[in-house]
Amino acid sequence: MGPVVDLHHAVVLAGRYPVLAGLDLQVQSGEILLLEGENGSGKTSLLRLLAGLLPLSDGSGSVLGFDLSKDRASLHRCVGLIGHGAGLYDQLSVAENVTFQVRAAHGDSARVASALERVGLSAKADLPAWKLSAGQRRRCSLAITIARAPELWLMDEPEAGLDEAGRRILISLLDELASLSIPVLLSSHDLATLRPHVHRSVKLAGGITISTQPGGRPWLKAEGATDVS
Amino acid sequence: MEEQIAKRRWVSVVGILAAISLLGTVIMGLWVTPDDAVQGAVVRLVYIHPPMAWVALYLAFGLSAVASLLYLWPRTRNDRWDALAASAVEVGVVFNGLTLLTGAIWGRDTWGVWWTWDARLTSTAILLLLFLGYMAIRRIPADPEIRARRCAIMAIFAFVDVPIVHFSVLWWQTLHQSATVLNAKLHPTIHGSMAWTLLLGFVAFTLLFVWMVALRFAIEKRQASQARSELDEAIRERRAETSEQSAS
Amino acid sequence: MFRDALLVAKKDLRIELRSRVLLGQVLPFAVACLLLFALALGPDRDFLRRAAPGVLWITMLFAAVLAAQRSAGVEDDDGARDRLILSGLDPAGIFLGKALAVTLQLLALALVLTAGTIVLFGATPSSWWPLAVAEILASLGLGFTSVLYGSLAEGTKLRETLLPLLSLPTVAPILIAGTKVYAASLSGAGVPAAWLGLLAVFTLAYGAVGVLLSGALQET
Repeated sequence: MGPVVDLHHAVVLAGRYPVLAGLDLQVQSGEILLLEGENGSGKTSLLRLLAGLLPLSDGSGSVLGFDLSKDRASLHRCVGLIGHGAGLYDQLSVAENVTFQVRAAHGDSARVASALERVGLSAKADLPAWKLSAGQRRRCSLAITIARAPELWLMDEPEAGLDEAGRRILISLLDELASLSIPVLLSSHDLATLRPHVHRSVKLAGGITISTQPGGRPWLKAEGATDVS
Repeated sequence: MEEQIAKRRWVSVVGILAAISLLGTVIMGLWVTPDDAVQGAVVRLVYIHPPMAWVALYLAFGLSAVASLLYLWPRTRNDRWDALAASAVEVGVVFNGLTLLTGAIWGRDTWGVWWTWDARLTSTAILLLLFLGYMAIRRIPADPEIRARRCAIMAIFAFVDVPIVHFSVLWWQTLHQSATVLNAKLHPTIHGSMAWTLLLGFVAFTLLFVWMVALRFAIEKRQASQARSELDEAIRERRAETSEQSAS
Repeated sequence: MFRDALLVAKKDLRIELRSRVLLGQVLPFAVACLLLFALALGPDRDFLRRAAPGVLWITMLFAAVLAAQRSAGVEDDDGARDRLILSGLDPAGIFLGKALAVTLQLLALALVLTAGTIVLFGATPSSWWPLAVAEILASLGLGFTSVLYGSLAEGTKLRETLLPLLSLPTVAPILIAGTKVYAASLSGAGVPAAWLGLLAVFTLAYGAVGVLLSGALQET
């Protein structure tokens, strides 16, 4: 089974400016990867590239088997991106927002309730989204992704705005994803909290990766071994 | 390199031919052909106004639409088509403007008004606005691929409108006026030397169009390669940021 | 594709019902337009009656630009656009759904504007159905172009100023056909089948273009 993410010399432009300047990255199936780096190092653009939202200006890459230069569109429904914005419609309630996304993904509406339960928003299900606090919006964003159950999770500073309870939910989510062998890439500035829970961390600077080190979670798969669980 | 020289030679040949045929049109139009019985000397505009309109509406627009389709179709996608479409539109805008100008001059002399709501002129005016919309989109700074895609889509939106605009304006106008002399197809008294001059005019402006588009296309390609080398420079600068940061 | 379209249409309409932009802003704007035109062109009732078709349709076009802004603006908050793209919905379905939502809003607007021109301009049609058909077709055609140009201009920061420039010349045929149909129905002249045909062709053409190009549009 090939790598879930395979980028070679990826260049991504914002106007004329290369936010990613020839980045190489491989992520194996089931791996939880932490992206570190200062503001402006390219973390957000990398995640959006992997979601299929940005075109590759140069280099090559494939995500979940989809070639990024040819078929970005098919990638969309297979990934879940938790970005800076929660992506909620302010006029719709929490439950309506999640239901819309689940139905759009041809999923089962029954998953909505359990997803909201998982992030602790069940009590707020009928509240219109504009009434939510930033942390609650972030939780709702998590609920949407949980309900959609994508094959690859991409999280951009997920801990931002979350209180203690929210962070615990996030960690338990990572545990669950690890046990299900679902690959995750997350970027964060809160390295102390998150490093122990990832398999590997990669540091970005100047639009490329400059270093990599193992994280706190043991990586049990040997190279080339297939997943038996 | 040889290919580039051959291309430049081809463009020069077209340019020379265009110049010759234009000169021929001017000479024949101004001196050889007779005045019209009704309109007098201003009828000589018929040698340049309809040809310009033909170039602007059909050649330029048609070319940009075809090139845009080729760009959007995944199998034939190539930056060349985007450059060609953009060049065709820019040159088309010039010809479009000239068509309206010559139409206005003609109308002024014949009927004393600067603007006649003639079907073709009105359609041309609307299409000019659509062309300008294309150019406005092109100016928005964006990733080259995204810009190309947006422009190609705009070109198709505009092109789909062309026949619809044409018919709606034609029906709008013909309810109020009988056939106008400004419509070249209906021109009743073209014969003899006038017919030949008209044909020469069409040939001349078509050649001129091809030459101008070729030049513009070359400029576009040069801009693209310059952008690419600027990009390499920008990438180098971007990666250099890492040495500042790996110290931390 | 149609299933996705209905989902998106329901969502947009639900948002519209709750935010009341159509009711609270676009409708008053449209009525204000009628009044301004009346002030500019009146008070000769006879002239106003003859000018009514043009006034109604120009106001429709302006309102359609607003509707286009609004339709594209639904996804402005907070990364909703990214979410919509990542939702996996068929882009053609998204296009049709948004277009349907805009069409229904424009139809409601057309109703109010027609009533307004009848009352304010004294322009009562002698036969209703050509105008009704024209308004339905035109609303659909305007719905398609609004969503298309809204999408095209959305990634750019210049959406507000770009949209009118792009869409108004394109929908000129709707203006022409609409006014001719209204004028014919006012004077009791024959049923203007050719104009209705033109509206149908326009609507079909842009519907087809939208469905075919929605994938490419999404990637801009």
